[in-house]
Amino acid sequence: MRARGLTKRFGSFTAVDGIDFDLFRGEAFGFLGPNGAGKSSTMRMLGCVSPPTLGELTILGGNPVRDGAAIRARLGVVPQEDTLDSELSVRENLLVYGRYFGLPRKLINERTDQLLDFVQLTERADDMVEPLSGGMKRRLTIARSLINDPDILILDEPTTGLDPQARHVVWDRLFTLKQRGVTLILTTHYMDEAEQLCDRLVVMDHGTIAAEGTPRELIDRYSTPEVLELRFAPDQRDVAVEKIKDLSPERTELTADRMLIYAADGDEFLKRVRLAGLTPLTELVRRSTLEDVFLHLTGRTLVD
Amino acid sequence: MAETLAERPAAPVTLPNLPTSWNLSVRAFRCWLVMYRRTWRSSVWSSVLGPLFYLGAMGYGLGTLVDKNGTAALGGVPYVVFVAPAILCVQAMNSALSNAMFPVYGGIHWNKIYIAARATLLRPADIYRGHLLFITMRITMNCACFVVFMAAFGLIKSPWAVLLVPAAALTGLAFATPAAAWAVTLHNQTPMNYPIRFGSVPLMLFSGTFFPISRLPEWIRPLAYATPLWHGVALCRSLSLGTVDAGSAAINVAYLVALCGLGLWLGSRSYARRLYV
Repeated sequence: MRARGLTKRFGSFTAVDGIDFDLFRGEAFGFLGPNGAGKSSTMRMLGCVSPPTLGELTILGGNPVRDGAAIRARLGVVPQEDTLDSELSVRENLLVYGRYFGLPRKLINERTDQLLDFVQLTERADDMVEPLSGGMKRRLTIARSLINDPDILILDEPTTGLDPQARHVVWDRLFTLKQRGVTLILTTHYMDEAEQLCDRLVVMDHGTIAAEGTPRELIDRYSTPEVLELRFAPDQRDVAVEKIKDLSPERTELTADRMLIYAADGDEFLKRVRLAGLTPLTELVRRSTLEDVFLHLTGRTLVD
Repeated sequence: MAETLAERPAAPVTLPNLPTSWNLSVRAFRCWLVMYRRTWRSSVWSSVLGPLFYLGAMGYGLGTLVDKNGTAALGGVPYVVFVAPAILCVQAMNSALSNAMFPVYGGIHWNKIYIAARATLLRPADIYRGHLLFITMRITMNCACFVVFMAAFGLIKSPWAVLLVPAAALTGLAFATPAAAWAVTLHNQTPMNYPIRFGSVPLMLFSGTFFPISRLPEWIRPLAYATPLWHGVALCRSLSLGTVDAGSAAINVAYLVALCGLGLWLGSRSYARRLYV
């Protein structure tokens, strides 16, 4: 998959503004960015249901405008909003999808059994979709997207709206798919999700790509190894911020409730803060994450 | 583990050849069948009993009054015989509109069947034609039921009536193709009430359904001739009464086919515009 100058405009609004990327077989590639960064528009173009306004896009050797249907035959798509048919049973949802791809009934049944087992929904096979939990519906959507044995699986915010436990189950299943050689393309605004799943990712903001690399590379390039997070009482905050700047940290960021100090050694810097006579309400030394990369690149947090 | 999820070889991927449009449309159609298997019970009463009530009230109730005054203007047949094929057409129109508007809108906004289907190799035009196949099936089923009732009540006067079901289905399809083409473009559901309130009701009243068009003021008649329902009614009535005349029937059929063709063309465009955003 290859994109050059890929652009999508809706009227005068530019959702995706000339992005370039290459994607290789078997890798897990992520688009990380806040809501409205252009991730979903990009996913729709990659899913061949949204013709690019400008630029060049090649998927599986085909042109998505000319060969859209043939490319889609080799894709699996997990949309952001569930499009399961709630009037049908779990099994019937897979049957309907298998039929779209023209698979024979026997093969659909075989794959349905395998896939429901894979997403741990075997006991719910003949239940209706409506009463399933959000996590189960998402897993069912993933199972449905695999019915045609796709080469590429496109997931638009696969765990948004799920509780932590359900997210971990989804991650575990996606990780297994990746190990089996399915190419994964996913969008997320969770940096932990991107770190967990992606071999390589791009950070998107305002329709453009702000940075590209492996999670490790991005952290090395755009952040320090450690981050010191401090909270001060509101009346001491301004004084504390000034004093800490005098200690010449590599970089600081202020968020709504915390001060982030980027340093090679967080504990060492914390000692210096204490020596300067400051007493934070809370303190935390942690490793840098993609959240810090994003904050550095855009000056904003990922999830507002 | 499962063969579906087995390690895949590093062979280069080649894009598959697409099946024919007809094949793809049938795939979309079969999915509507899966759903219909779950929901058909709720639709039976409205689609079978509704027209029967009409036939009872208009044909037999009102009909007794009409027949007292002589039915020369109706072609000398009892009112119920005159009105039955027209009610058949009205039913075809109504089941076309009810199947081609709200479910089409729902395919994008409610159950999102269209959105789910567009992620597969089905193209918008396949999704449209597949849904039309299902709508045609529903119209045909409703019409066939009604024709059976007509026969049972002895309201059919000619062997030409074997063509009543396809003629009525064609009438319905002439409404369904443009209605679906339009409903898919909507962003809220309110406008779908207008074709029913300002479209099908006046059509039902003034298309030669309950009284011959010759009773209308002369200046308004061309308007009635221009409506699809009039062509459907004229065609079905001639088949049922055995007054078929090849020339008029050909005009009626040509008009309805042309409207279907126009609808199909519009629908392929509007579906593509709506689903490929």
